[in-house]
Amino acid sequence: MLVVYESNAMRNRQHPVTKSVLPVFAFLFWCAASAVAAAPAGSPLSSTNIFEPASTPARSIFGLSVFVLVVTAIIFVVVGTLLTYSVVKFRGKASDAGREPAQVYGSTQIELAWTVIPVLIVAVLFLATARVIHAIQDAPKPKTALDVTVIGHQYWWEFRYPKLGIVTANELHIPASDPAHPTPTFLKLLSADTDHSFWVPELGGKTDLIPNRVNEMWMDPPRPGIYLGQCAQYCGTQHAKMLLRVSVDPPADFAAWVRSQQQAAVQDEKATAGKRVFETTACINCHAVSGTAANGRFGPDLAHLMSRTTIASGAAENTTANLRLWIQSPDAIKPGALMPAMQLSDADLDAVVAYMETLR
Amino acid sequence: MSTSAIAIENLQTTGRTWTQTLHEWVTTVDHKRLGILYILYALSYLVIAGVEALIMRIQLMHSHNTFVSPQVFNRMFTMHGTTMIFFVAMPVLFGFANYLVPLMIGARDMAFPRLNAFSFWLTALGGLLLYFSFLGGSGLYGAGNAPDAGWWAYAPLPAKAFSPGHSSDYWTIALLVSGFGSIGTAINILATVLCMRCPGMHLGRMPLLVWLNLVMSGMILIAVTPLSAAQIMLLVDRYLGGHFFDTQAGGSATLWMHFFWIFGHPEVYILILPSFAFISEIVPVFSRKPIFGYPVMVAATVFIGFVSMSVWAHHMFTVGMNSYANSFFTITSMAVGIPTGIKIFNWLGTMWGGRIQFKTPMLFAIGFLFQFLIAGLTGIMLASSPFDWQLSLSYFVVAHFHYVIVGGILFALFAAFYYWYPKMTGRLLSERLGKWHFWLFVIGFHLTFDVMHIPGILGMPRRIYTYEPGRGWDTLNLIVTIGTFIQAVAILVFVWNLVVSYCKGAKAGNDPWDAWTLEWSVTSPPPAYNFASIPIVASRRPLWDQKHPEDPDSRYE
Amino acid sequence: MSALTIPIPELPRPWNLPNRGKVAMAALIVAESAIFTIFVVAYLYYVGKSLSGPTPREVLETPVFYTICLLSSSLTVHLAAKYLERGRRSAFLALWFLTFVLGGLFLFGTGQEWHRLIYEHGLTISTNLFGTTYYSMVGLHAFHLTAGLVMLGTVLIFGLSGRVGQDQSARVGVLGMYWHFVDAVWVVVFTVVYILGR
Repeated sequence: MLVVYESNAMRNRQHPVTKSVLPVFAFLFWCAASAVAAAPAGSPLSSTNIFEPASTPARSIFGLSVFVLVVTAIIFVVVGTLLTYSVVKFRGKASDAGREPAQVYGSTQIELAWTVIPVLIVAVLFLATARVIHAIQDAPKPKTALDVTVIGHQYWWEFRYPKLGIVTANELHIPASDPAHPTPTFLKLLSADTDHSFWVPELGGKTDLIPNRVNEMWMDPPRPGIYLGQCAQYCGTQHAKMLLRVSVDPPADFAAWVRSQQQAAVQDEKATAGKRVFETTACINCHAVSGTAANGRFGPDLAHLMSRTTIASGAAENTTANLRLWIQSPDAIKPGALMPAMQLSDADLDAVVAYMETLR
Repeated sequence: MSTSAIAIENLQTTGRTWTQTLHEWVTTVDHKRLGILYILYALSYLVIAGVEALIMRIQLMHSHNTFVSPQVFNRMFTMHGTTMIFFVAMPVLFGFANYLVPLMIGARDMAFPRLNAFSFWLTALGGLLLYFSFLGGSGLYGAGNAPDAGWWAYAPLPAKAFSPGHSSDYWTIALLVSGFGSIGTAINILATVLCMRCPGMHLGRMPLLVWLNLVMSGMILIAVTPLSAAQIMLLVDRYLGGHFFDTQAGGSATLWMHFFWIFGHPEVYILILPSFAFISEIVPVFSRKPIFGYPVMVAATVFIGFVSMSVWAHHMFTVGMNSYANSFFTITSMAVGIPTGIKIFNWLGTMWGGRIQFKTPMLFAIGFLFQFLIAGLTGIMLASSPFDWQLSLSYFVVAHFHYVIVGGILFALFAAFYYWYPKMTGRLLSERLGKWHFWLFVIGFHLTFDVMHIPGILGMPRRIYTYEPGRGWDTLNLIVTIGTFIQAVAILVFVWNLVVSYCKGAKAGNDPWDAWTLEWSVTSPPPAYNFASIPIVASRRPLWDQKHPEDPDSRYE
Repeated sequence: MSALTIPIPELPRPWNLPNRGKVAMAALIVAESAIFTIFVVAYLYYVGKSLSGPTPREVLETPVFYTICLLSSSLTVHLAAKYLERGRRSAFLALWFLTFVLGGLFLFGTGQEWHRLIYEHGLTISTNLFGTTYYSMVGLHAFHLTAGLVMLGTVLIFGLSGRVGQDQSARVGVLGMYWHFVDAVWVVVFTVVYILGR
């Protein structure tokens, strides 16, 4: 029941202002978002685009996201149009001076309509969402799955392959998964200190690494390539440079990588001097090199350091100069990293770098 | 006139020394003065926290920038967030509530004026403590400084092991102290609204602003206290060797998250409800119609109050809860959007068929409506848990919540400033400067926060002091930064307007907007006692009844 | 400009709103209950999760006597307030004093229990999760009890100097509400610690 009133009253005059600018801004935003969403896979727009899924979980999320975006875009267009219309159509005019419009207090039917419709929309969105939640979180683990344990540290990633006897750091190698004969990778996520989050956007949503808690996620990218990401949960000073590099290898390449990682560290005579420096200073308190006395777990395992493209969890390219700078002064590359500057002499430094470069 | 009345008048008109004025303001228990103190306090911290934001945006202008060190940047985002929530948003909203609620219900002051003053000074002390940390604290690296564990201080980062020194303690104690101030204010508002309404004003006749502040106060009682409890637990861990959040002793990091977000999510509703209050008072007056669907607006408010207590873990979708928990929080988070949407529709219904006047308060209110709609829709996206697994902890979320807080709450606050400044000071703010403020801010706001969604979609996490080139984030971040400078200029225009209009603004009179609630029935500014005689009301719009005695609202309610 | 002179509506019935002291105290109790709820949740969450150290079953002794003291004090404070409403000052004073004594006894009992736990069983707040959650929760309750005792003592002193009469019965009633809250919290804490948590 509408209750209406109309009468005369004192009114101020006011010049009308069109409000069409605001919806234009918002429309532009939607255009940008759609452009990003519609970017072709592998486009140079970005290598960490959530709308370029390269794995089943990422693809499920992408499908759901598009659905949610479409529904919200429709709501925006409808409500935005009504708002714009009301602001333009019901502008006060100079000729209105002294008269008040009809004093409408409400309408039960309209209230009912705009309650029921949102409830239905929410129900539909929820059902679509619940389906994807279960598909991803409750996915069964096939026997062909590869197990990797990820341990988050301040500010680097430890990767262990328990069934393969491999320990490595910062650059994750996983086999490409043929959709016909899937070989997904199941990650177990742990933390050695504070909270972290594993986020490689094109391979899946992020999952946190929480101390004293075990989390799980999985991925099955079919196409080989390098996929980038980084830690997404603030973990301290160098959270920004705790980068992730996932190398999805064709099965043969992956097998070769596994074999080389399973070897003990290379024993090169040329590097004996450096190895001695490494083992007699405090390096071995934090670092491990398989097959030697070094057995520290606080820092990354260095047995196959040269098999990695980057050092300091992606903060620098793995070159001689960078390696030397990193050992001499970690703060120069990653200020606030937990590796102390070892105060080595130039000779010792060169020897250690030479030793590191033999660890292929 | 009696001699005492003449004496009072003399006191007010003959020159008092500045020390006497200062003393009056420092010892005041008058809700109007305390309201103004809250607002001025908040405005000062708005500038400080805004500078912190500018520092961050300059650092993020391009990849691998070295404007500030990571340690400084981490302190900036921690202090910016903490300051804005606890020492800008909450105080300014309390300030308006303090000023307006007694006037709108026909009371002479709040229920407990001295508790009111005590609550303000507790909040003020909290802010000072937080900023004293720059001098007295020690950060994650023991280097003597402000807290840097983020405004959520996720355990175990603020534990002694990861935060030696005192920076975490300044964060904890500052918020504990101001938290008690907030609880005091909430108790005061509750008691005032329930016990001091003027005759005839039963609950169904209160202005919506009073309703919204009532529900907000109820929420504060049960939302701020979990944070206080968690902070006490953190202090036990840090100083008494406790293990509440000590994962090495079997403690749980996720327990802190649950406690924090049981506070943190209702907190943002505590901030938005008073903003809704401003819009609900301003849109009707400038549309020249009563609010559409008053009972539904009240019901929606109460519903939001309750449901918002059940959505907190949508901030924890990535933490590894099982699929049933994730589904539960998805549906509650989407459900809370329904009454919120209904409110937008009712404001639309109020404007519909009206005769809209585009004065500055209404400009900001209309900006609020569009922007809050968008913010709500990005919220629906984040409520969908798998979509959130990508969007969470990225710049998409940062864009979303700034859209709510700046595009929603701050716009509503600007509207409130332009609307009630005449009542508080007796002078109108300049319309010309107001329009400059509005348009500059709209342009800056959209440039920054529309664009900011995109780096999030392109994989940029939050709380990073720098980023890698080649991810497609550089240009976008530059645009975002440019927008913040435009917003800064707009804020300067606003501050200038506040200052200049105080001396040179047009005289407002009692009722410059031809409005309908009780605060417009007294002088601008009101006398210390508010009302010469306590009014008696018969409808929701007592001044409408007075101005239209031939057809009052009371006939239709 | 005067406010609302034409027309003055008629009030259909007398305008009575609740007492603001009672509303404020009820609000405070709601807020405090939320704080205690969080401590209770932490306690229950950590039951059985201590990695080492004494367990509840090994060290706790149910404080039956002191609990009876505290719960009886709710009765005495209620009666005291009722007597004051009727203006019977000496009855009020006697019962108020008894409340104070009973509360003080409970506090003494808590102290005694803690002494035993610390010195005989080596359980402190930093021993393990049980120690942390137990001492925090019981300690928070004891803190609120102590604050209550201070307020009760203050009113007692005022009462003994003849300043508390029928006119103050509403305020005394508000303080009584707080005391009932402290007792109610103890019922919950007792259940959680000595019944559920063992």
